[in-house]
Amino acid sequence: MSDAIRNLNRRALLGLGAAGAALAVLPGAETHAQPVKTSAHIVILGAGAAGTTLANRLSDRLDGAKITLIDGRKSHLYQPGFTLIAAGLKPEGYSVSDTAAWLPKGAEWIAEAAAEIDPEAKTVTTQSGKSVSYDYLIVATGLVLDHDAIEGFSLDLVGREGIGALYAGPDYAAKTWQAASAYIDGGGKGLFTRPATEMKCAGAPLKHTFLIDDIARTRGQRGKMEVTYAANNNTLFGVPIVSEKVRTLFGQRGIDAAYSHVLKAIDPGKRIATFTTPGGETEMDYDYIHVIPPQRAPDAVRNSPLPWADKWTDQGWMEVDKHTLRHARYPEVFACGDVAGVPKGKTAASVKWQAPVVEDHLVAQIAGRESGASYDGYTSCPLITRVGRAMLIEFDYNNDLVPSFPGVIAPLEELWISWLMKEVALKATYNAMLRGKA
Amino acid sequence: MQELTFETMIAVFEEIFGRWLFWLMVAAAAIVTLLYIYVLIRDRAVSWHKFLWAQVSMPVGAALAVLIVWWATRSGLRDIGGPIDLIVLLGVAAIGAVGAAILVYTVQSLVWPPQNRRETRRSAATGRPAQVR
Repeated sequence: MSDAIRNLNRRALLGLGAAGAALAVLPGAETHAQPVKTSAHIVILGAGAAGTTLANRLSDRLDGAKITLIDGRKSHLYQPGFTLIAAGLKPEGYSVSDTAAWLPKGAEWIAEAAAEIDPEAKTVTTQSGKSVSYDYLIVATGLVLDHDAIEGFSLDLVGREGIGALYAGPDYAAKTWQAASAYIDGGGKGLFTRPATEMKCAGAPLKHTFLIDDIARTRGQRGKMEVTYAANNNTLFGVPIVSEKVRTLFGQRGIDAAYSHVLKAIDPGKRIATFTTPGGETEMDYDYIHVIPPQRAPDAVRNSPLPWADKWTDQGWMEVDKHTLRHARYPEVFACGDVAGVPKGKTAASVKWQAPVVEDHLVAQIAGRESGASYDGYTSCPLITRVGRAMLIEFDYNNDLVPSFPGVIAPLEELWISWLMKEVALKATYNAMLRGKA
Repeated sequence: MQELTFETMIAVFEEIFGRWLFWLMVAAAAIVTLLYIYVLIRDRAVSWHKFLWAQVSMPVGAALAVLIVWWATRSGLRDIGGPIDLIVLLGVAAIGAVGAAILVYTVQSLVWPPQNRRETRRSAATGRPAQVR
């Protein structure tokens, strides 16, 4: 009897150990056991979040493929960190790393930007005139910020004259904090804007507003400030239920909303901003203004046959199937990240969900089979509502909330755990994504 | 989150503390745990006198753990926004408390090893504890 129990216990213990080992190994070891052999040449335009992630994932999935990345930028930028830098919570260097450090061994990197894409001839021409032909093309160029579209604005104004522009890069985010911090100390009118085009992380303009409001309260200066958020239409966020929540929070924090106010021009000398509204142009004076310019696809994409002909014609996003991210007219061309012409998701979280879909369709195409992978528009935004709290908002194409931790982390609650995720876990998850591991 | 792998978790912790500090802390925790097991096996019993001091150290460990997390994440008690936040906070405190207790017990046992007749120790002859302290 005692022997039987001992044996049973030992067996149970072994079983537990094996289960533990399996648990430890399984999630990391994906089901794609055998790499697909191929001699295909895959060209990836852009070595940002999407390009790097796909380069790493594809080099794991394919055996013998030649992978070429084309990107002129030597520094990799962790863009979700910009809002933290622009609130003085992280230093400028927090968002900067070397592009080369993230790329897979064996991948070729051409360190210049693409100038021309010819999907008929299947070639890409770089800015120095070098022609690169491809079998498969992944366009992950990201987008460009059209600062010239705001009359009177130029990047050298950022950080002084009460002007902030955190989207422009980690250096400008740091300068934005200089201007914002001076505004908090001096008080007055603050204007927080967003463009009318599709944009990266539509939560960031709100985060900046909430953070400056909160830091002003901490410094005891909020009473000297009037804070106005200029929305591009009659909502505060693209997802209606989130928009209502933000409206409620704005009410509680004393933040005014100016609906359908799109920034057209600024006069830095007089500190006057001109907005386009349904009723015509209107002027507002400011002591601090946060400028986010219109956003468009890079010229190499806009001037190619790749954009939609009947949608976003002033912005030039690529005409891809919103579930597979494959180009509608060129089946060997995919888009991933900001440049994709899909209704939602110009965020790193979208990239995290898009990249495995693009990868699977491309590998299936090479292997001569079909892929069932589908992107449902998932994106997420840890919407910071003050230093120490955030709402973990996740949604899809239908504007449905799709919480990762239903019943545990409520999407519309301001929570400390959501702040912890943004502050400490997000960058690590992002880094793991770049390496193709998350 | 799409997939929360062990590797991702490790990457997250490396990011929080920096790679070196994180692995140093893991090594320290592992060494203390091994030493704790070592003194338990060596002494073949729990010394309730030492355990008392270990218990006294628990609130200190709990408070320290919470303060470190708040300091590292620029947050504080006012940021608790819902039940999950309270659970996370209590979890942090619990880890700090248990960690402190194990540490204090182990250090005492290493510095003041039991003397044969004065410490809680199973007698080889009777099999009964000969409890004095």
